[in-house]
Amino acid sequence: MSADLHPIRTAAEQALSSAIDATLAAAPASGPIADLRRAAAKTFTENGLPTRRVEEWHYTDLRALMREALPIAGAPDAAAVAEAGKGVVAFPEAVRIVFVNGTLVESLSDLASLPAGLTVTSLEAALASGDPLLERIGSLSPKSYDGALALNTAFLRAGLLIKVAAGATVEKPLHVAHVFTGAAAATYARNVIVVEDGAKATLIESFAGVEGVAYQANDAMEMVVGAGATLEHVRLQEEGAKALHLGTLMLDLGKEATFNSFTLTAGAATSRVSLYGKLTGEGAHLGIRGANLLKARQHGDMTLVIEHIEPGCDSRELIKSVLADEARGVFQGKIVVRPEAQKTDGRMMSQALLLGDNAEMDNKPELEIFADDVQCGHGATAGAMDENLMFYMMARGIAKAEAEALLIQAFVGEAVEFVTNEAVRETLIARMEAWLKARAA
Amino acid sequence: MLEIKDLHARIGDREILKGFSLTINPGEVHAIMGPNGAGKSTLSSVLAGKEDYEVTGGSVTFLGKDLLAMDAAERACSGIFLAFQYPVEIPGVSNMTFLRTALNSVRKYRGLEELSTPDFLRLMKEKAAKLGMSQDMLRRGVNVGFSGGEKKRNDILQMSVLEPSFCILDETDSGLDIDALRIVSEGVNSLRSPERSMLVITHYQRLLDYIVPDVIHVMHQGKIVRTGGKELALELESTGYAAYGQDAA
Repeated sequence: MSADLHPIRTAAEQALSSAIDATLAAAPASGPIADLRRAAAKTFTENGLPTRRVEEWHYTDLRALMREALPIAGAPDAAAVAEAGKGVVAFPEAVRIVFVNGTLVESLSDLASLPAGLTVTSLEAALASGDPLLERIGSLSPKSYDGALALNTAFLRAGLLIKVAAGATVEKPLHVAHVFTGAAAATYARNVIVVEDGAKATLIESFAGVEGVAYQANDAMEMVVGAGATLEHVRLQEEGAKALHLGTLMLDLGKEATFNSFTLTAGAATSRVSLYGKLTGEGAHLGIRGANLLKARQHGDMTLVIEHIEPGCDSRELIKSVLADEARGVFQGKIVVRPEAQKTDGRMMSQALLLGDNAEMDNKPELEIFADDVQCGHGATAGAMDENLMFYMMARGIAKAEAEALLIQAFVGEAVEFVTNEAVRETLIARMEAWLKARAA
Repeated sequence: MLEIKDLHARIGDREILKGFSLTINPGEVHAIMGPNGAGKSTLSSVLAGKEDYEVTGGSVTFLGKDLLAMDAAERACSGIFLAFQYPVEIPGVSNMTFLRTALNSVRKYRGLEELSTPDFLRLMKEKAAKLGMSQDMLRRGVNVGFSGGEKKRNDILQMSVLEPSFCILDETDSGLDIDALRIVSEGVNSLRSPERSMLVITHYQRLLDYIVPDVIHVMHQGKIVRTGGKELALELESTGYAAYGQDAA
């Protein structure tokens, strides 16, 4: 036998492992979550933070980027809650649930006035009552090791279990807001949403936080969309400019179900969102669109793994990146078509507008097709602002900065237009306009 | 109104305007004709402020101001309008948004208040109707899916909304059939006024049957080589540009 291999761990990794051990020691030793957490802790200790040598993390070397293991954020005091409440983007008509520094704040949330058909249970309450939705946690994890998800699971402590009852159409969007305030710390949130057969709902997740503090936010969510059900999903990432933002979305899309998602990435120093989607029912529709608005030295990574398992499903991915200064965008999209998934129709596109001479976009589309009767395509473009369009607009009296803003809005507009709820779409457009104004100022 | 003196301009290492001079008074319509490569389109781009060209000498004074010191947007605001040879398509920016932004930029520059939404819509409806443009076209992206003639009409619509004092028509006739040419020319003619001057750039005499100029200049190798009345166009139509080293196309 060769000697045991002990990979060298960074100080941050060692500190994270110790912190995991400490929280596990303080948590109940049994129950549905305990085993899951222990297993995640074990894989994290074995594998550590992903580095550029892990293919899925090639462009986002988490071990190099996460130099520090921050303490887990404590419950916010009244002043922090008041401060955080002001930082929540208002979506008209939406019912709101607010987490401040990873803790559910009932005083800022509409838990008592949820529309019919919608049930929202805190993880704490669910553990106390043995809610059956707890079984969904961890049920959609990818087979391969995901360091961000392992951390999220090992530190699992707060979150929501959301259920949309079979056949219910919930008109009001559910807005789950995550706000960070105060000194640097780490937050972990874990949510589950189950949209039962034939139901319809809109879920908005927003992320915001204090500027100038290098906090770490890690969230994960299992999403199950039942037969004939529809989940409209919006993710608005406007973390503070020094933050590290890690998100993991796991999706199971049932027969003739629809998942329509839009992500706006504008915040954080480094952000990475991984989406693992499985189309497990015939005739399902998947749409994932996103816009990256990044400047200075921001880094935004969106990585998708979409698996077509059953026949006759379609998937559409469209990512629009606007990269100023030295910003860097990453899009990795992998579409897997299993042998049974005949008549799959998949289209993936990533387009980048490079505003800065040192801006960079890395695209890595991948197709793995095991069925013979499918249509799959992907494309990627990157380019500077079209000078002819700029001249045309300026020749009509529109000042350079305004012409540029109009063209950027038109560019990202092609992705935003897929947000079906008009009020939500308008709110997102207003956030983009605010970004453009802030950049011009 | 516009005074161009000994203008030199180049793109890259190639000098295209080589001492171009021209004075245009208020209300006058001048035409510039000339063989391909004479520098006609360069002249229009340089006047409108396209950054690809470098002005290496000379001056352009417009309404008493140094035109070359302004960027393209300022020039447009102060009253210069270039009708493009090939108007571009701008997907995702509707004609309405585009024109409203342009009009309000111009009005702001001229010290006027922005137009209210109802006033703007009324104005657009009236101006578009004159050019036979539907409301649906106005809602679409700028020039997106428009035919060649529709794009030119859209340029003339912009001209009629922005009310410039000096219009440059760069090969407006290219890509137009005879009906489209007539509609566009009528639109241009309706904008002729004692306060507004125009510079019509064309290769062919045909356009000048519709937009009749006061003065015609022949441009060759980056400067004006001959000036005359409208009869000069007919002469060129029969002799071509052979005298200037090129056959009539």
